Order: sequence, then C-alpha cells, then structure tokens
Amino acid sequence: MTDHALNQAAPRASKKASPLYDPKVRSIFFQILTAVIVVLVVWAIYNNVAANLARSNTASGYGFLRGRSGFDIGQSLIAYTSDSTYGRAILVGFLNTLLIAVTGIITATIVGFIIGIGRLSHNWLIAKLCTVYVEVFRNIPPLLVIFFWYSGVLAILPQPRDAIVLPLSTFLSNRGLTFPYPVWGEGAAAIPVAFIVGIIAAIAFGIWTKKRQMATGKQLPTGWIAAAIIIGLPIITFLVMGAPLTFDYPVEGRFNLSGGGTIRPEFVALYLALSLYTAAFIAEIIRAGIKGVGKGQTEAASALGLQPAKTTQLVVVPQAFRIIIPPLTSQYLNLTKNSSLGVAIGFPELFSTGSTSLNQTGQAVEMISIMLTIYLSISIATSLFMNWFNAKMALVER
Amino acid sequence: MSTKNLSYVRGDMLAAEPAPLSQRSVSGWIRTNLLATPKDVVLTILAVLLLLAVIPGALNWLFVQAAWVGADRTACATVAQGGIQPDGWKGACWAFVEDRFLQFMFGRYPLDERWRVVLVGIMLVVLLVPLMIPKMPHKALNAVLLFIVFPVVAFFLLHGGVFGLQTVQTSLWGGMTVTLILSFVGIAVSFPVGILLALGRRSDMPVIKTFCVVFIEVIRGVPLVMVLFMANVMLPLFLPTGWTIDNFLRAVVGVALFASAYMAEVIRGGLQAIPKGQSEGADSLGLSYWQKMRLIVLPQAIKLVIPGIVNTFIGLFKDTSLVSIIGMFDLLNIIRLNFTDTTWITPVTPITGLIFAGFIYWIFCFGMSRYSVFMERHMDTGHKR
Repeated sequence: MTDHALNQAAPRASKKASPLYDPKVRSIFFQILTAVIVVLVVWAIYNNVAANLARSNTASGYGFLRGRSGFDIGQSLIAYTSDSTYGRAILVGFLNTLLIAVTGIITATIVGFIIGIGRLSHNWLIAKLCTVYVEVFRNIPPLLVIFFWYSGVLAILPQPRDAIVLPLSTFLSNRGLTFPYPVWGEGAAAIPVAFIVGIIAAIAFGIWTKKRQMATGKQLPTGWIAAAIIIGLPIITFLVMGAPLTFDYPVEGRFNLSGGGTIRPEFVALYLALSLYTAAFIAEIIRAGIKGVGKGQTEAASALGLQPAKTTQLVVVPQAFRIIIPPLTSQYLNLTKNSSLGVAIGFPELFSTGSTSLNQTGQAVEMISIMLTIYLSISIATSLFMNWFNAKMALVER
Repeated sequence: MSTKNLSYVRGDMLAAEPAPLSQRSVSGWIRTNLLATPKDVVLTILAVLLLLAVIPGALNWLFVQAAWVGADRTACATVAQGGIQPDGWKGACWAFVEDRFLQFMFGRYPLDERWRVVLVGIMLVVLLVPLMIPKMPHKALNAVLLFIVFPVVAFFLLHGGVFGLQTVQTSLWGGMTVTLILSFVGIAVSFPVGILLALGRRSDMPVIKTFCVVFIEVIRGVPLVMVLFMANVMLPLFLPTGWTIDNFLRAVVGVALFASAYMAEVIRGGLQAIPKGQSEGADSLGLSYWQKMRLIVLPQAIKLVIPGIVNTFIGLFKDTSLVSIIGMFDLLNIIRLNFTDTTWITPVTPITGLIFAGFIYWIFCFGMSRYSVFMERHMDTGHKR
C-alpha cells in the first residue's frame, strides 16, 4: 500500500474534538471538582470541630455573652465593672478600637500631610529630614514602635509622686497623663446641639454663596465664615448658658494622684506609635498624589490667569485627591487593623477583650466568629464607601 | 574651496564655560537650596535648631556615654541604682546587647548544636546571593535548589532526629533564626499561592472565582494578629481528635496564608495592567492556558508589580514580629524577654534593646527596598509608556 493510497483511505478525523478538550466541559469539570473538595474539607472540619467540642464538653451557642465576665478593663468609654457581661466587655473593646482608630487616623493624616509636603519642598534640609522620617518608620515593625514608646519611653517616666508637672495642672508620670477633667453642668447639652446647628447652617450658607456666585460672579470667603459659624455658635451657647463648666483638678497625694482624668500609658503608646508609623505611609501617598498631577495642569491654570493659591485649590488638589483617596483609605484600614497590636501592651481593644473572653469561656468558635464579623464589617463598610466615593470622583470621560 | 581659507570659521570647539559662580559654589548652593525665600530661611533655621537639639544629645547617648563593656547590670546602672555609673548618667547599654547577642540570634537553641543553624544560614547566603545577582548563570537550577531542596535540608538540619543529629524541638528555636525562617517560608509559599489566587480571581469559572474572592477578602479584612490567633486556636480544633500540630507550624501557616492574600492582590494589579491583546495573541498561537500564563502574561505582569511584591515581602518581614503575641520568641520577643532578666534589669536596657532590634529590622527592610529599586532599573526594557 502506498502512502498516497493510505491518505485516501483514511477518513478525515471528525471536526468535533473529544469532549475531553472542550473548554466548557473542562471548566464545568474543574468547578465541580473544586466544589466537591471544598465541601468535603468543610464537612471534615465541621465533624472534627463537633467531635473536639463534644470531647471537651464545651457548650456551643452565644448564651455565654450574658454571663458575668469577671475581669477588669483599665480603660473604658462606657461604664464597665468586672460584674458586667461578656457582651459588654466586647463592646468596650470595640469602642476602644474605634477610639484609637479615630484619634490615630486624624493625627496620622495631619503628620503624614506635613511630611509628604515637606518631601516635595525645594528646601533641601526639610526634604531630607522628611525623607529620613519616612525611611525610618516604613522599615521597622509597628509592634517595635509600640514597645519603643511603652517600655522605652513611657515606662521610665517618674512615679506618680514625682510626676512631671506640666502647665494647666497636668501631670505626666508612668501611670499616664493626668489632666483636669471637665465636669459639665446644667444646660451643657445645648452645646452639641448648637454645634450640629452650626454645621447645618454652614452647609446651607455654602450652598447659598455658590448660587450667588453662579448668578452674580461675586465670591465670599466661604471657608472662614463657615468656620466662624461652626466654632462660634457653640461658644455663644456656652456663654449664654452661663458657662456650665467646672474642672475636676488632679491633686498630688503622697503616693498617687487623685482626681482628674487620666490617659493611660497603654493608650498613649499605641496612639503615638500607630499615628507616627502610619504617617510615614500617608506621607508617601500624598507625595505620589501631588506628583501625579501633570505639570501641564499647573501651567494651563497659570495660563488662564489663576493665582498660585487658586491653582492649588482648584486644579491640583482636586486631581491629587483622586489619586490619593484609594490608597489613603487602605492605610486608614491598616491603622484600624493594627490597633489589635494593643493586646501586646495590654490596651483593652477588641482583640484584647475578645481573646480574654475566649480564654475564660473556652468558646473559641463563637468568640472568633464575633471578632471576625466585627473586623470584616469594618473593612466591608470602608470598601463600600470607597467604591461609592471612587464612582463619584471618577473622571467623566467621553 | 577648502575650509582652510575660511578664516572666520573655527576649526575646533570652544571649551565649555564653567557654570555661573552662583550655581556651583557652596554659597550659591546654599542660597538656592536652603535660603531661596523668606519662608525657606525660617524653615531652614527651624530645621537646624531641631537638628542641634537632637543630634548631639543622641550621639552622646548612643556612643559617647554608652556603656560598651560589662558582664551584668552594674555596667549600665548608676550608683543609686546599684551600679558603677555616676548619678545622672544616661547612655545606651551596648554591653547588654553584646552579652546577649548569641541568644538574640539563636534563641534557646542548644549551645552545642548551634553550628547547624550557622550552616543553614551559610547555605541560605550561598544560594540566595547568586540568585540575586542578575549576571550569574543557572538561575533555574539555583531557584530549584533554594526553594525546593534547601527548605528540606534546612528542616532536617534544624530539627534533627535523622543521621544521628540530636532532635531540637521547635519550642527551643528563637531569635533571629525564627524571624528568618518565618519570612523565608512566608515568601516562598506566598508567591506561588498568591499567583494561583490571583489567576483564580480573574478566572471565568464562577465557583473558583468565588472561592478565591472570599478567601482573599476575608484574610485581608482581619488583622494578622487575628489570623495568627485563629491558626493557633482553630487549627487544633479542625484536626481529627488526637492529632496535634506544632506551635511553630501554626505560626508558619498563619503568616503564609496572610501574605498569600496580599500577594494575590498585588499580582492581580499586574495582571489587570496587561493589555488583552497579549492574551489573545497567545491564544492565536495555540498556547494552552498554562503556557499562555507562564510564557506571555505572568512574566510581563510580575515585572510591572515588582515594587508591590517587594513591599509585600517587607510587610511580611515586619509582620513576623507579631508571632510574639501567640507566645513565640522571635527576634523582638526574645529581646523583650531579656528586659525582665534580673542580670540586666536597668532603666536603659529596654530602650537599648529596642533600638538594636529596630536597627536589625531596618537593615533588612531597607536592603530589600533598595534591591527592588535596583531590579526595577535592571529589568526596565524600555517598553514603559
């Protein structure tokens, strides 16, 4: 038989390839395989957990949250004693996490902004100093910064009886910063109300000036007037109500300070460390954002005759913000998550109170699910906000 | 007509004039870079004052006044505190770091067996350095040796129990050794797993995509402390009754999982930046999915995100310090452990130890970031738009 004959004799292979090579079939096969493996693993884990819990006689369920916690918490924003419930202990931790997150984020943003602008300065010395700050803090672990403040700096402060006396009856010692605690009197509740009214009035004023500018082209110093309304209204209310404010001054006793409010060293250490650490990252984000706005934008603005200050305000900052906001949010989220490092120095944040409750009750699955849910809710809420914000800020293109 | 006759045309170039004095002299530099505007003058004065306030004191504390030699706390304590230093003395206690240096490096690893750790360290350097120098040949062999053979050899060397080596329990491992092992395993695991997760997240298959998205977002949504804690508390619960899992392994699993999720997001960023035409071109050449990814898409994607990858590595290296929270003695924790040791308990011991730890972490992280800048330049093929 010749080759020629063979070619003729063999029928052409069917156009349809074997289903083994069909991408669709393969895809379905792999997905089913993955699903089966995941289900099997989860099922095995579920069985093991059930068996292990049964063996250690651990009751499951969230009933334990109503039980007496029996441990003390050093710093709490709401009333808490060791007779309070586990649920309340977790709430205290959650509030402390929020406290450190909010104060830390504000400070880190301010410091980061200053350092980031400083790195772009034409002044060589300032730029170098800011670079050194960024390179130092970016390259050491946050936990180390926390310990640095806690055991390196704050722990070697003097005992309360030899406390360093600061102005305004404030004392600094190794028990923390003791300061005159404001005691609000009758009618003080009107002040926050005045504050909220001030914010609403400022927003309304802003809308009105914008309309006026659109109609007449005349500008007003909106920012200053709005600030005056927001700050002025509460102050006027305060004076009208007859200044309902007294201070509980700390008094130096023989061994300890009594009275006044105290910020504990754990909070100070965690707050300073997280703020300064995150500020280094924020500085880099700010710098990248400002550098990311093309030079042509500034040049075009000055060609249109805008003043340098107006150029920054109307052209550079809005565009830089578009670049800055997404990574900035992720840094805020990082700071919030890093607040869990407070457990290392005994600051009662969510993870700290949560793990103490877990150790006391042994309700591992329940406690971890609670902590997971809270942390995940924080980050999901942030990313939802981010998506909304990004969509709002996105460039409108053709 | 030859050029010779054109007497008004110069035959040779004039030597370049030096830059104006205002631009090359020291005073000119100072004027443009430090004193350009009144605002700059004020800022410069403030910065100089700050430096004058901080630098001499810091140098004095760190070097001049510091106690460099000594066998116990007396070297670093004032007379009132029971030491030899004059009252009011303030300085670093380097004698403490010197005395405990080996402990900081090896933890509680048995003294006679420490040569094994040193040997592993030498092997790591010998395998890692050639891999990092672009000009060295045999990269594939080198990588296989470093990431597949070396971990196995290192494990048996460190843990022992075979070839007549004494078994050293992982609970005795500590210090820098633990920090480096955790970082190495974290890097070696998170890179491939991160690639798989990133590919899974961009896959068309809904089941696999959902699985990857949930894994990545859950891990990224919680703090590492929480992940480590879960690995510590939940892993034993997940295993059949009677099985135990080594504490060290729990930390390794936690760190590796955490780093993988972050790595996946970095690599996904690179994958998204590759134009669709690359992938379509590979399809039209008849490459399979894995060939397409391995030969066309991933090399370009990874090159784009080298800075992000190195940042993840740096983050991972720093994050290994958190294992102290689940009771492991890494570099930072073993230094802290010594603060309560009565042999060295003085007011300056903690801050000296922490500065030393910070210096070590800083050297490693800064080195990594410099290396990434170098690699970026080296791999820049000029295709960047």
